[in-house]
Amino acid sequence: MIYILIFISAVFINNVVLSQILGICPFLGVSKKIDTALGMGASVTFVMAIATAVTFLLMQYILIPLNLEFMQTISFILVIAALVQMVEIMLKKVSPALYQSLGVFLPLITTNCAVLGVAILVTKHEIYKDSLLQSVVYATSTAIGFGVALVIFAGIREQLNLANIPKAMKGMPIALITAGILAMIFIGFAGIV
Amino acid sequence: MKPLTNGILKENPVLVLLLGMCPTLATTTSAINGCGMGMATAFVLVCSNLTISLLRNLIPDTVRIPAFVVLIASFVTVVEMLMQAYVPALYDSLGLFIPLIVVNCILLGRAEAFASKNSPVASLLDGLGMGIGFTLALTLLGSIRELLGTGKIFGQTIFPEDYGLLTFVLAPGAFIVLGFLIVIVNKLKK
Repeated sequence: MIYILIFISAVFINNVVLSQILGICPFLGVSKKIDTALGMGASVTFVMAIATAVTFLLMQYILIPLNLEFMQTISFILVIAALVQMVEIMLKKVSPALYQSLGVFLPLITTNCAVLGVAILVTKHEIYKDSLLQSVVYATSTAIGFGVALVIFAGIREQLNLANIPKAMKGMPIALITAGILAMIFIGFAGIV
Repeated sequence: MKPLTNGILKENPVLVLLLGMCPTLATTTSAINGCGMGMATAFVLVCSNLTISLLRNLIPDTVRIPAFVVLIASFVTVVEMLMQAYVPALYDSLGLFIPLIVVNCILLGRAEAFASKNSPVASLLDGLGMGIGFTLALTLLGSIRELLGTGKIFGQTIFPEDYGLLTFVLAPGAFIVLGFLIVIVNKLKK
């Protein structure tokens, strides 16, 4: 039951993009087509779940026992960067088909602040910080929320290409305003859990 | 002087180059938060640009990106600890977004595009200019959102007491206000 609650709250109520405002760069950058949006969503889910598990263990068994909490930012970003590289190499060997479809997005994920953001949030959260399983479920759900927002937004932007938009608003401004309206819709989910 | 003024107007990181969107949108709930976030980022940017420029001949080309990231992360940790010690209220309201300065594309972007190719003095000025441009843009965005959302700027009441439009303080307001600001910049550019 608790896992369903974590899932619903991470996907809809505290959507990582539209209510916590994390991971805006890929949200605005790779949302021109639904296909690429799906690929990006899948890659982020994959990396975020693994990264959160690894950083959780790093925090619990290395940084906290050694009183090195202040090294959190440096060690987490290094772990995430190394992890993305490793996932890329492993994927290339194990599943070339998956690598073909996700490959281009993987290097971009290192600078996706949602990945580092969730890894840090989990270590500060009063419930998740003691349970590896809940942390990983939370990270996976958050990443799925990212994918959901990205795919919806890409769908809207595909339609926007056909609309007649004032010249000064073309491109980024209209995308931001659309995202704002989308964020308003997601506020409507507040209170369902 | 050119590297300094470049970042403030012509290549403003937020309003023209559209870099560093996450902190721009997330921390500008009020003018003071925007200003604080801008200054924290500017400090890291000046320090990282200067050190990267000084070390640019020592860092091997193949590992330059990880080296830059580690340098930036060290300065972010310094800022984080300083803010926790001296401005705890601001530290609490910016929260997660202080460690996230590490993944701000402006920092790595300037390191890669400017500091790794130019002299320390020019890099310092570039960092300062970009930092001031970033701070100004964030303060502007924060002021507009605070004014529209609560009727105040820097905590000073402008509109009558009972005014309030919470949407502008929440996430949607961030997207919409920045969208319209960029429209204005696009119009002015012509």
